[in-house]
Amino acid sequence: MIWGVVQFPGSCDERDALHACTLASGEARLVWHEERDLDGIDAIVIPGGFSYGDYLRAGAIARFSPALEAVAEFAAAGGPVLGICNGFQVLCEAGLLPGALLLNEHLRFVCRQVDLLATPLDALSTPGGAQSNERRDLESLSIPAKHGEGRYYAPEEVLDALEANGQVAYRYAPGQNPNGSARDIAGVRSEAGNVLGLMPHPEHAVDPLTGSTDGLRVFEAVAAAGARA
Amino acid sequence: MIRPKEGILDPQGKAVERALPALGFEGVEHVRVGRMVELEAEDPERLAELCEKLLANPLIEDYEIQTL
Repeated sequence: MIWGVVQFPGSCDERDALHACTLASGEARLVWHEERDLDGIDAIVIPGGFSYGDYLRAGAIARFSPALEAVAEFAAAGGPVLGICNGFQVLCEAGLLPGALLLNEHLRFVCRQVDLLATPLDALSTPGGAQSNERRDLESLSIPAKHGEGRYYAPEEVLDALEANGQVAYRYAPGQNPNGSARDIAGVRSEAGNVLGLMPHPEHAVDPLTGSTDGLRVFEAVAAAGARA
Repeated sequence: MIRPKEGILDPQGKAVERALPALGFEGVEHVRVGRMVELEAEDPERLAELCEKLLANPLIEDYEIQTL
């Protein structure tokens, strides 16, 4: 399994993402933002940071990069894509995920460990996954969040549809919503299930040295989705 | 002019609104903070498209075009 981690000018978590990918499964390489060729890559990670300085809006410029155009084609063909923090913002701006990320409700940058409740990620790309999610216990993950613009927003009818389709991949545990996100949503997946974005950082929670290895489960699940694709 | 859509919480506007009374500016409400982009365009017909595609995110922001 070969992972591609997209690097924009201003990305800052791409090294941790590479490390997490290799711990989860296989090899990983950086994909420079001007690259279009994703041949041989089985899964894509768009890491955190401040792509192109986050000028205009977070993720707004990155969506027009050559690499992102290639990622959009990769995603359309069913390839697994994981966007973390700024990567999530980029995927929303690019229209690969629904909704948008707004300034945190309290205007403060958030940097803390949060608990997430995940719908089981092995439901990624599994037909009928949404229904089967309802009957399983929710998985709990402890991973760090660090962002200033992480308040998930989508119109009410879109939120209803996301819940009905099983597209809400992660919620903040009750009482831990750090930014005012609608319905405590921390991460969503695309309708087809192969594109996943979340604000907290699984790549920073892969080693017992830093307190939690729960983040690995996110990468392992994306890898499993890649193996099926 | 680009600003947050009606109904979307604008924490920057709220923060400005809360700061005003301390400076003696009473009776100011509904503050919304947006941004202004100045540009020179050869083809003003395409400005709306430009706003939709890049300058504003139509899901969360409204825009207004003024030509001088």
